[in-house]
Amino acid sequence: MAIEPVLTRYVREPNSFTLDFYLQHEGYDALKAALAKKPDEIIEMVTAAGLRGRGGAGFPTGLKWKFVDKKVEPRYIVCNADESEPGTFKDHLLMERNPHLLIEGCAIGCYAIGAKVAYIYIRGEFFHVQTVLERAIDEAYAKGILGKNIFGSGFDCDVFVHRGAGAYEAGEETALLESLEGKRAQPRNKPPFPALVGVYGKPTAVNNVETLCNVPSIIMKGAEWYSSLGPEKNGGPKLYCVSGHVKRPGVYEASMSITLRELIEGYAGGVREGRTLKAVIPGGSSVPILLPDQLDTVASFDAIQKAGSLLGSAAIVVLDDTTCMVWLAENLLHFYRHESCGKCTPCREGTDWLHKILHRIERGEGQMRDLDLLSSISGNIGGKTLCAFGDAAVTPVLTTLKHFRHEYEAHIKQGRCTLPAPWRAQHPVGAH
Amino acid sequence: MAYGATFHKSSRQLEDEGPAFVYTPENRARFDEIITRYPPDRKRSAVLPALYLAQYQQGYITANAIRHIAELLEITRADVEDVVTYYTMFYTRPVGKFVVNVCRTLSCAINGAERVTEALCGKLGIKPGETDASGTFTLMEVECLGACDRAPAVMVNDAWQECVTPESAGQLIDDLRARGEDALSGCHHVIEKMKAKG
Ligand SMILES: Cc1cc2nc3c(=O)[nH]c(=O)nc-3n(C[C@H](O)[C@H](O)[C@H](O)COP(=O)(O)O)c2cc1C
Ligand code: SF4
Ligand code: FES
Repeated sequence: MAIEPVLTRYVREPNSFTLDFYLQHEGYDALKAALAKKPDEIIEMVTAAGLRGRGGAGFPTGLKWKFVDKKVEPRYIVCNADESEPGTFKDHLLMERNPHLLIEGCAIGCYAIGAKVAYIYIRGEFFHVQTVLERAIDEAYAKGILGKNIFGSGFDCDVFVHRGAGAYEAGEETALLESLEGKRAQPRNKPPFPALVGVYGKPTAVNNVETLCNVPSIIMKGAEWYSSLGPEKNGGPKLYCVSGHVKRPGVYEASMSITLRELIEGYAGGVREGRTLKAVIPGGSSVPILLPDQLDTVASFDAIQKAGSLLGSAAIVVLDDTTCMVWLAENLLHFYRHESCGKCTPCREGTDWLHKILHRIERGEGQMRDLDLLSSISGNIGGKTLCAFGDAAVTPVLTTLKHFRHEYEAHIKQGRCTLPAPWRAQHPVGAH
Repeated sequence: MAYGATFHKSSRQLEDEGPAFVYTPENRARFDEIITRYPPDRKRSAVLPALYLAQYQQGYITANAIRHIAELLEITRADVEDVVTYYTMFYTRPVGKFVVNVCRTLSCAINGAERVTEALCGKLGIKPGETDASGTFTLMEVECLGACDRAPAVMVNDAWQECVTPESAGQLIDDLRARGEDALSGCHHVIEKMKAKG
């Protein structure tokens, strides 16, 4: 459903990223209001609003903040700005066009859990965004909005940007903490969860950029307003990233009562002239495919899950009839093979093996027994790894095998790719 | 180094030793500011920013740079090397003045990224992973940059170029040769911002 944009309302204004502009549009009023309340009240409000994490898992943010061990000092907010899930580009827009909203969210989050420092871990490829964000932070310090004794409340808060260096796995929250500590981005065992043992062994709330950007509006307009914006348990404004074979790819803000059809055919203009829709990946590279007859599914966490997939990071990748599904699985397994952190054997070795098999099937050199091998290797990765990466990596294989097995079989029988797309290179190069 | 009879792992040579390395005074000042962002007993947190400083200063990470950073952060060289070899944005070999990174992941691929790479290979006479004879361009294929709505996306050093076509990619190379980084149009939001600031 179309709503008055909350997060992206001003992003097209030329100066939306400046402190002056932000202050002229009620900026930092929520922080002031928050500082007049008790920290527990903030957590209560966020809980009552039903805000669910926007990083992928949809975990309730209020609950996460409640779990943070308040007996141990210091505590930290770590903002996950790694945004590396293929198809996702919403946090980028927020940080570049509305950086003060994130800074305000970080400061309120710190106040709520009793932290004095927030680290924003931003992916290395977002250097141009980092520049904007750091300038905004400097402006906030200069105006006394960050630093010591903010607004005379006695509350101190520092916000630092920490730049990653090219690693998808750094988006996994415990791998991110390792990376922030100056190590390889490899996950830790959970439990203990970061809320108890996080960065530097201290209680830490890891929150996605969009999640924190939702907090100021909850403080200003209340939990009831927030939750009423969408279906039950799926409230608030949501950013959707629509990309792939559509006429108008982009970030669209809507409530979670909108359908995939409205997003894809309405906002994004549908597939291009003369093409038909083949499949939709609704939540980034790692979730099961939905088919054209499922377009009327509501794009909420719960409805997409009921339809057999996941909303994930709300990265909607639209595929038209030129897309070969074997090629798609190969493309995504190239990604997973490259990004596996290497800590567990099934994932490290299995993704490489899957990619090799897919590559040979795609080239027309596969055999029928490879299909069983794909399923069997996938079965030995999924559910058997330290982090959710393993499950994510096998999903493109399993979902294409399930819905498009005939394409695999055609490749094998005819000894070639049966759907060579016009957008592919004539002589594919590349360091495979 | 060959694994001969006299090989001992303490003598392994993973990184190019490179010339002697210390930060320039400006970079040292930036380093000194950066470590104040982390708790005093957690200096190691600054290893990624410290490596970026070294890479901007020297173009790539050498064993001497690793040694310098390890000393400043009071960790072992192996600790630093471990990090350098994990993250893809650090180079352990010299690269061209412009590192042209073409995104090859799904949304870019289905919008023609492979053809962009093909055009760049033809134009530069190299394959992905290689540097051209003049040492000006290194071509890389990378995974999703987070710019999928403006596919295919290309990152040149730290700057973005979006909605690239095989034709515009070739033109970009000529423009980079002629005008350096000014040739990059960058992220469309940034352009608006620059326009707004005049
Ligand atoms: C392999 C992997 C990659 C992830 N990448 C990201 C990411 O890039 N950005 C993000 O916010 N969360 C990412 N997550 C989810 C985080 O682990 C974590 O759930 C999230 O940051 C929590 O914030 P939220 O509750 O606000 O969503 C990833 C998870 C996994 C398993
Ligand atoms: S599942 Fe993969 S990415 Fe996750 S810890 Fe294991 S090896 Fe690393
Ligand atoms: S797929 Fe290329 S930027 Fe995301």
